[in-house]
Amino acid sequence: METLGVLLTFPMNPYLEEELDRRCNLFRLWESPPESRREFLRAHAGSIRAVVGNATCGADADTIDALPKLEIISSFSVGLDKIDLEKCRQRGIRVTNTPDVLTEDTADLAIGLAISVLRRIPQADRYVRSGSWKSKGDYKLTNKFSGKTVGIIGLGRIGMAVAKRAEAFDCPISYHSRSEKPGTNYKYYSTVVDLAANSQVLIVACALTPETRHIVNREVMDALGPKGVLINIGRGPHVDEAELVKALVEGRLGGAGIDVFEQEPHVPEELFGLENVVLLPHVGSGTVETRKEMADLVLGNLEAHCTNKPLLTPVI
Amino acid sequence: MHHHHLPLISNVPLLPSSLILCPPSPNSRSPRRRITLVRASMDGNGELPLVLLVRPLFPAFEDSLRQHFRFLLPWESTLPTHEFLSANARSIRALLCFGPSPVDGSTLSCLPGLQCVVATSAGVDHIDMDECRRRGILVTNAGDVFSDDAADYAVGLLIDVLRRISASDRFVRSGLWPIRGHYPLGFKLGGKRVGIIGLGSIGSRVAKRLEAFGCTILYHSRTTRPSLAYKYFSNVCDLAAESDVLIVTCALTRETHHLINKDVLLALGKDGVVINIGRGALIDEKELVRCLREGVIGGAGLDVFENEPNVPKELFAMDNVVLSHHRAIFTPESFSGLLQLVIDNLKAFFDGRPLLSPISA
Repeated sequence: METLGVLLTFPMNPYLEEELDRRCNLFRLWESPPESRREFLRAHAGSIRAVVGNATCGADADTIDALPKLEIISSFSVGLDKIDLEKCRQRGIRVTNTPDVLTEDTADLAIGLAISVLRRIPQADRYVRSGSWKSKGDYKLTNKFSGKTVGIIGLGRIGMAVAKRAEAFDCPISYHSRSEKPGTNYKYYSTVVDLAANSQVLIVACALTPETRHIVNREVMDALGPKGVLINIGRGPHVDEAELVKALVEGRLGGAGIDVFEQEPHVPEELFGLENVVLLPHVGSGTVETRKEMADLVLGNLEAHCTNKPLLTPVI
Repeated sequence: MHHHHLPLISNVPLLPSSLILCPPSPNSRSPRRRITLVRASMDGNGELPLVLLVRPLFPAFEDSLRQHFRFLLPWESTLPTHEFLSANARSIRALLCFGPSPVDGSTLSCLPGLQCVVATSAGVDHIDMDECRRRGILVTNAGDVFSDDAADYAVGLLIDVLRRISASDRFVRSGLWPIRGHYPLGFKLGGKRVGIIGLGSIGSRVAKRLEAFGCTILYHSRTTRPSLAYKYFSNVCDLAAESDVLIVTCALTRETHHLINKDVLLALGKDGVVINIGRGALIDEKELVRCLREGVIGGAGLDVFENEPNVPKELFAMDNVVLSHHRAIFTPESFSGLLQLVIDNLKAFFDGRPLLSPISA
């Protein structure tokens, strides 16, 4: 792989970066300031045959156009929303992602967020750390998680893993998907609004496409209601963020556990003071174990490409 | 979402009127009103059964309980407690013990007629169980009413510690994400070996939940549970040595005091996580703090402490620790379930029927 020129779009993982540096000819996109991006790409266009991107920075149309030698995009994510897939198809560029290895961590986080929001665990932790626990008699009640009806948007790998976990808490499961999935006992709703109206916890677990942008809009949030909780482990643009803030501040939505935002790393500051939200910095796959597996999958795909073997996890 | 805030008050509220059969005042000659709506069973004098309290009722429980029972309130008397108890001893057969108020040997010795203690918690370490057993006094606890909530909380604490939920929520709220760019990675829950200490009503529910996350369940308990396919360890140190996580869900007794000690923590190891939703004294707290400070273990999620509400301040600076103020079971469902169980246990006692959640010897 030593002759493979790889453009790394973001310092996403030290191990991945070290390996790419060691085994390939590495170009780090962030080393050039944004204003000089074009020049940077032009300067190295002759060498760059691969791009490794992630959920923060992928390969849009401009980037792909600037790299005439580009053969493969190996994404350090399962989500493909930051890659112009149509351009890749046109140019015959291969695309790989990191499915399966991050399914469990993401599903774990969805359930962890639901419990955290309903039982107000981060709030309790803040309360104790502030030295406020002065008497034994603080009897504020929080909401039970077990038995809550869970509605899942998207019943793919991650959605199914979320369902399996929620079932262990005796949660009735329903879902919305582009089409009904055979072989499950879960209740299907053909619209997200109906799903939300019949759920107490609504979990976003689908892919981000032009069709699913703002799939959780004001109408959905109102249907979920003042006792409902929204959990987003998909992508920021799945949820109309401005409406989310309003719904939470106005009490029309009961609570939210959000791992992804429309303009990461920026989070609407109105959320910082709310007790019924938990805010995470896009850590859905953020474990030592899984990030290493993701990195190895990226490297494995690049290696396969260079040795003319079948790609490990091709999308295109 | 609404919080039901139940402040603890020390003065006794007035009896609600109308629906309740008024007990006769000693000097009254007025006829009693009989109201057929009341479902309570009466004692031989046609009055609601009498129950001794050791501290005031939760205000939220007051109305319901007073529909079925009369309460004796020692703190309302000018007499010192033990004198008051002795003076009323003949009429006291049942005691309702809210929260962790102690029912100790000296209290029990003032109550020769006591036959039943109804406790509102899962743990009964605040009740002199030896003395109750010796005298054949029946004791009931909270049974299963809290178990789902307690198990949910234990799982929530564990995911929080491993995935740094509270710590990274703090990070985001402090505006650090745009500045620092990312938060340190957490650790995967799937595949972890989880050692549960106490596989009773709560522990078995924790096990069922964590199995769905791909954890391997191991356990230590007073007795084995052969119907469950989990590996049993008769020794807590051995359990710790084979576990990545220890979850404490057992009762506090003389034998289990400081069950999690220096040796157990050392055996658990530097990536190990301890979750405690039992009682603070199940863990040697000083030792736990030292092990966290020195990196002997990897992290902890603690809902209970040895000397509540005091929490070792050293823990406040640690990001691998999640702290909460003894509220694993504080949900409306647990509280209403508890209220119903208390009423049902007391009614069963006074009706001569089997108790619903007696603690077996």
